[in-house]
Amino acid sequence: MSRLDEAFADGPAFVPYLALGDPDLESSLEYIRALDRGGADVIELGLPFSEPIAEGPTIQSAVVRSLSGGMTPTKFFDAVETLDVDAPLVCMTYYNLVYQFGDEEGPRPFVERAAEVGIEGFVVPDLPAEEAGPLREACDEFGLDLIFIVAPTTRGERLERIMERTSGYVYVQARLGVTGARADVSDQTGASLDRLSRWDIPKAVGFGISSGEQAREVVSAGADGIIVGSALVDIVAEGASAGSQTGSGDVAEGHENGDPPAVVADRLETLARELKEGAVAGATRAQSERT
Amino acid sequence: MSDAPSKFGEYGGQYVPEALMPAIEELDDAYQRYVVENEDGFVDEFRERLRDFGGRPTPLQRADRLSERYGTDVLLKREDLLHGGAHKLNNALGQVLLAKYMGKERIVAETGAGQHGTATAMAAAHLDMPCEIYMGERDINRQRPNVFRMRLNGAEVNPVSTGRGTLKEAISETMRDWATTVETTHYVIGSVVGPHPFPTMVREFQSVISEEARRQFDEQVGGLPDSVVACAGGGSNTMGAFAEFVSDDSVDLYAVEAGGSSLGVDEETGVAPNSASLSTGTEGVLHGARTKLLQDRDGQIVESHSVSSGLDYAGVGPELAYLVDEGRVTPVTVDDDAALEGFHRLSQTEGIIPALETAHAVAWLEDATPEQLGDSVVVCVSGRGDKDLESVVEETENREVPNAPDMDVFSGGMR
Repeated sequence: MSRLDEAFADGPAFVPYLALGDPDLESSLEYIRALDRGGADVIELGLPFSEPIAEGPTIQSAVVRSLSGGMTPTKFFDAVETLDVDAPLVCMTYYNLVYQFGDEEGPRPFVERAAEVGIEGFVVPDLPAEEAGPLREACDEFGLDLIFIVAPTTRGERLERIMERTSGYVYVQARLGVTGARADVSDQTGASLDRLSRWDIPKAVGFGISSGEQAREVVSAGADGIIVGSALVDIVAEGASAGSQTGSGDVAEGHENGDPPAVVADRLETLARELKEGAVAGATRAQSERT
Repeated sequence: MSDAPSKFGEYGGQYVPEALMPAIEELDDAYQRYVVENEDGFVDEFRERLRDFGGRPTPLQRADRLSERYGTDVLLKREDLLHGGAHKLNNALGQVLLAKYMGKERIVAETGAGQHGTATAMAAAHLDMPCEIYMGERDINRQRPNVFRMRLNGAEVNPVSTGRGTLKEAISETMRDWATTVETTHYVIGSVVGPHPFPTMVREFQSVISEEARRQFDEQVGGLPDSVVACAGGGSNTMGAFAEFVSDDSVDLYAVEAGGSSLGVDEETGVAPNSASLSTGTEGVLHGARTKLLQDRDGQIVESHSVSSGLDYAGVGPELAYLVDEGRVTPVTVDDDAALEGFHRLSQTEGIIPALETAHAVAWLEDATPEQLGDSVVVCVSGRGDKDLESVVEETENREVPNAPDMDVFSGGMR
C-alpha cells in the first residue's frame, strides 16, 4: 500500500490543489502549509505548463501568475524538497515538462528527481493511458504512483484499461469540460462512481467542488475523496489582486499590494476545514444509509 | 480503430485529456469508414461539393516572368482560386461533411489568420451546421476582413485573450470547448496538427492539391516536376502539396518556414521571433501530438512570431517533422522582410496578390540554387492576399521594402 492509498484509509480524503509559485513561491508554500493544517489528506501541487489545455480560466490565471513569477521544474523540485507537511504530495503537470526534464530522453529523470524530493505520485491530464507506458515504467521503478483521470465519457474497455493502470487513487472527473468551481454537484458524479464501484482503488472526485455542502453530497454519493482546486485558487487570486483595481485574469503584478499572505492562508485553512468536514459528514450519511 | 497508424516514427500520437479520447476514437472510426472506405458514398459527395461549391480543380499555371527570372519552369498551383481564397476549404468542407455523417450537431474551430475560420464558417453555412470559431485577440485585430466574413456566414467568433492571443492560444481554447461539448460537437482542426487521426485526416483532405498538380503537370509539361515548394506553418498546404509526390524520389520537397525577424530563441523573454519549428525546433508534446516545437529548456512553449499570422505557430504537423527527419522534406526559412518582397514581386510580375503565408514560398525562389529548383518547380499558392492588405501596407511602410510600390496616392497619406 502506498502513502496515497493510506491517505484514504481513515475516512474520506480531502485533496486540495494549488499551483506552486502562485502568486509567488514564498506565499504559495505558506498556503500549502495552511491546507495541511486545515486537514488535507493529500496535496496536489501544480507545476505550471504554458499550454494548460485541461484547465478553466481560474487555474489558467494561476499558471500565468506562477510562470510570470519565474517558476520552473527545477525551482519546483527545490521548493518541494524544503516543504515540511504531513500530507503526501502529488505533482500535477503536463507531459511536455515531464518529458523534457533532465539530460536523458524520456520521463525517467523527472520521476527520479520527484522521488528524491518526496513526491508520491503524478497526475498528467494530457497523458491518456495509451501514451503512458514510459511514465508508468519510471513510476514503478521509483515506487511512485501514477493517477489516471476517468471522465464521464470513459466506458467499457477504456475504463478497464485505465483502472488496470492507475495507482494511488483514481481521479474521477465529475463533469465534462475544464476545471472550475461550480455551485451545483454534477448528476454525472453518481453514475461515474457506480461504474467504478467494482474496483477497490480509492475514488477521488474533482472538477467543480467548491463548498462543504458539495463535498458532503459527493462523498455520500460514494466518493472516497474530494479534489478541490479552483475554489482554493480563487482565494489566492483574490488575495493577490486585493488592493489593485484590475481584478483581471492575469494579474502577475499587483499581489505585492494584496492581502498579507498570512490572511490569505487563514482563509484557505478555513475553507479547507469546511471541505474536510463536509466530506466527513458525507461519509457518515453514506454509512447510515447503508446500515 | 482505423488502420491508419497513429504515429509517424516517434511523432504524432494522442496526448489529450481523457474526456476527449472516446471522441477521438469515434472520429478515427468514422474516418476509416467514410473517408477511407467511402461508406455511404462520403467521398463521392465530398468530391462533388469540392467541385460545385469549391470550384475544383484549381489551375496549375505557368508563371512566365518568374520562369524567366529563375531560369526554370515555375508552375503555380492556384489554391488562391479555391472558393474562399485559400486551400483551407479542402479540409474544412471535408471535416464539416464528416461531422454531418457522424451525426454531430455543432462545429467548433480555431483560426490564426482567419483563413481556416472563414473556410469552416463557409462550409458550415453551406452544410447548415451551427459554428463557433475561436480566434486570438491579436489575430482578430490583424485580420479584420476575415472576422467580418465569418460573421457574415453566420459563425460566432469568440476572442481568446490568454497568452499573446494568437493561434496557439486559440487551439488550446477550442480544445477546452470540445472537452466540454464533445458528445454533440466536432472540432474541425485547421491543420495537420493535433492528436491522431487529425494529422492523417487533414492531410488526406488536402492531398487533392498534389493529386491534381501531379496529373496537371504530366498533362501540361510531361512527367514529374523536379521540385515542389510550399510554405509551412502548421503544415496543411505543405502536406497537401507534397502528399502525392512523397513516394516520387526524384521530386525534391521544400517546406518554407517563417524566419520572422531572427532564427534564435530569447530564453529570457520566452519568445522565438520566428515560427521555424522544423528548422530550429526540438521534439516535444503540444496540442495532442509529439512533434517539433519552439520551446525553452524546461519544455515551456515559447511565443512564436511571423509577419504572417497563418504561419505564426510554435508547432508543426508530426508527419512533416517525420519527413524532415527522414530527409525526404527539406525545411528552409524566409524572414519577414524577404516575405514582403516576395509578396510584392508576385503581385507585380504575375498579377497575383498572394497571402503573406504564400509569399514565403514565393520569396524562397530568390534564395534557392538552380540545383535545388531543377528544371521545373511547382509552387503552391496557398491563398490570396486580400486579407493581408492592411498589414502589408503598414509593414511595408515601416520597413522600406525595396520593391514596394509608392502608396502616396492618397492625399494626406494612408490614415
